[in-house]
Amino acid sequence: MKLNGEQYHDRVTAWLTGFAIFWSLLGMASGVYVAAELVWPTIDFGHEWLSYGRLRNLHTNTVIFGFGISALMATAFYSVQRTCHVPLFAPRLAWFCALGWQAGMLGGGISLLAGWNGGKEYAELEWPFDIAIAVIWISFAIVFFGTIAKRRIQPIYVSNWFYGALIIVVAMLHIVNSLAIPVTWSKSYSLFAGTQDAVVQWWYGHNAVGFLLTGGFLGMLYYFLPKHADRPIWSYRLSIIAFWAFTYSYIWAGPHHLHYNAVPEWVQSLGMVMSLVLLAPSWATLVNGVMTVAGAWEKLRTDPALKFIVLSLAFYGLATFEGPMMAIKSVNVVSHFTDWTIGHVHSGALGWNALITFGTFYFLLPRLVGAELYSTRLANWHFWLALAGVMLYVLAMWGAGVSQGLLWLSLDEIGELSYSFKDIMASMKPYYALRMVAGFTFFAGAVLMAFNLWMTAKGRRIVCIAPPPPVREGA
Amino acid sequence: MKAFDLHRKLERHSGLLIFGILFVSAIGGLVQVLPTVLDARLVTPAPTALPYDPVALTGRDIYIRESCGTCHSQQVRPLLAEVRRYGPFSKAEEFAFDRPFLWGSKRTGPDLHRIAGKYSDAWHRIHLLNPRAVVPDSIMPAYPWLAERPADSGKNIQAKMRALRRLGHPYTDADIEAAPGALQGLTEVDALVAYLQGLGMPGPGGAP
Repeated sequence: MKLNGEQYHDRVTAWLTGFAIFWSLLGMASGVYVAAELVWPTIDFGHEWLSYGRLRNLHTNTVIFGFGISALMATAFYSVQRTCHVPLFAPRLAWFCALGWQAGMLGGGISLLAGWNGGKEYAELEWPFDIAIAVIWISFAIVFFGTIAKRRIQPIYVSNWFYGALIIVVAMLHIVNSLAIPVTWSKSYSLFAGTQDAVVQWWYGHNAVGFLLTGGFLGMLYYFLPKHADRPIWSYRLSIIAFWAFTYSYIWAGPHHLHYNAVPEWVQSLGMVMSLVLLAPSWATLVNGVMTVAGAWEKLRTDPALKFIVLSLAFYGLATFEGPMMAIKSVNVVSHFTDWTIGHVHSGALGWNALITFGTFYFLLPRLVGAELYSTRLANWHFWLALAGVMLYVLAMWGAGVSQGLLWLSLDEIGELSYSFKDIMASMKPYYALRMVAGFTFFAGAVLMAFNLWMTAKGRRIVCIAPPPPVREGA
Repeated sequence: MKAFDLHRKLERHSGLLIFGILFVSAIGGLVQVLPTVLDARLVTPAPTALPYDPVALTGRDIYIRESCGTCHSQQVRPLLAEVRRYGPFSKAEEFAFDRPFLWGSKRTGPDLHRIAGKYSDAWHRIHLLNPRAVVPDSIMPAYPWLAERPADSGKNIQAKMRALRRLGHPYTDADIEAAPGALQGLTEVDALVAYLQGLGMPGPGGAP
């Protein structure tokens, strides 16, 4: 049924889904390649664009900002319309935002390979891209909050709080952390120096993880999990408590990246305590998610999309438990600077972010084009490849990280170092080889998904869906 | 419950919700990050420290360009094993001229904050161009292009120093005037080696 001829703008979501899949494949492929370079260091063939340092930046940026943000924009645009019962506000601006982001990521990715590098981790893009990102981000905010402002149902649904926090907090972090004086198009100097720069950077870095990879994807969870499971969120009150506690406490935890570094003791201690506090809202959401699925378990047998989402919840729980543990100074003294950190990040990025996105795409795309998924069998294969990949990855990095951490600190009975750095590094080879295989396994699963979704959507048009007719308040 | 009644307002008014999120998420930064950024003691250089000379500054920017910090930290923690392995632990006053800071988060290779003087210039040059020639098990990439490029191919050393001077680095007009001359005839690998050989030492960018 149509109302005033208006309908949801879903084409932009479909395109963003496609872009997200493209970035996930590129990001994972470059990830597997840099993993291989740690096993065979000469496969960059002496070419600077294939050099580990530059290619690794391409990997992190395409995965986090190409794949992650495209997927979040796609799902935010899709869900905000349906939770507000109105089409997108300023649909042309939504297209500008979607396409502008892709252009920025493409140009940014090339600039990273060319050696443009601001030097701050996960904020490597140089100032012209920083400005472009800020402009596109503001247009994202206008479309999103504009849609909310013209909504036809009064309460703003939970998923929108999380997407809203993503937009607001990432804008704040990005703008402050990117403050710099430009010298040339490809070079700028940070407005902050030394210790102060470190504290600002990890306030940014940790909360980009917090509000993008955790908060943003929780928005996805709060909309798509109940949809999948066909049940309402278990506890609305718990979601309120979890949201505000999350928004308040995440922002403090950054200094756990700087334990025993040259930053004031009180900053480190506060960072550690607040990281532990963070466990509560993280797991409150976990409980809410698990209890929402509870009672719909039988669907797991037939619905591969739901399987992905439930598994992603398990990894969310693991990663948000492991994080606070690693923020404890006496644990961090072992884990810091090691591959344990890399394992932790990937249990979050692969296990939580990628899996929930895959599950959402398997749900979303068939609905967008009004067709059944091309192959449930392939989706099941993908599920097991993804699970095997992420498990192997995390195990390899735990093995590597814990041994590095302990061996580096090991002293003999007269207080001399037990092992040279070189020997410890050389002993990492089997772990790095296993990690490469694990990454490739995960990547192979994603290729199956890309094929599966392509075959699902091929030759089909986006289904037109109109918002439900307005309901009068109190009626 | 009162708190949930209050929340009914928040979740029904998009402006309030935006303000609420901004306010609640800003508190941590205001209490924790802002005082750090305003604490001048943290970026007061050690009395003997000088800003990076043009060659070391060029080398540092090459270090950033190639993302050396992805695998090498520059932060010796105050732990017995680290002090044994690398040297004196790192102090805030040593990084006052570091924009951005390069402490890193990962040691695929060893920490470099106290690398100065541990190896000869010649060793560094060979190692950067072909790491496995001197460390057979090394998994570090080779950087052959560094030997092929002049250190100031961008002709922007003076612009860089002027930008840094605006941020408070004490370069004199004479320093800036003389900078292109100092880079004359050097390649990128020379500049990078000069940077590494000054890391964590008294003097340029350095320790007390």
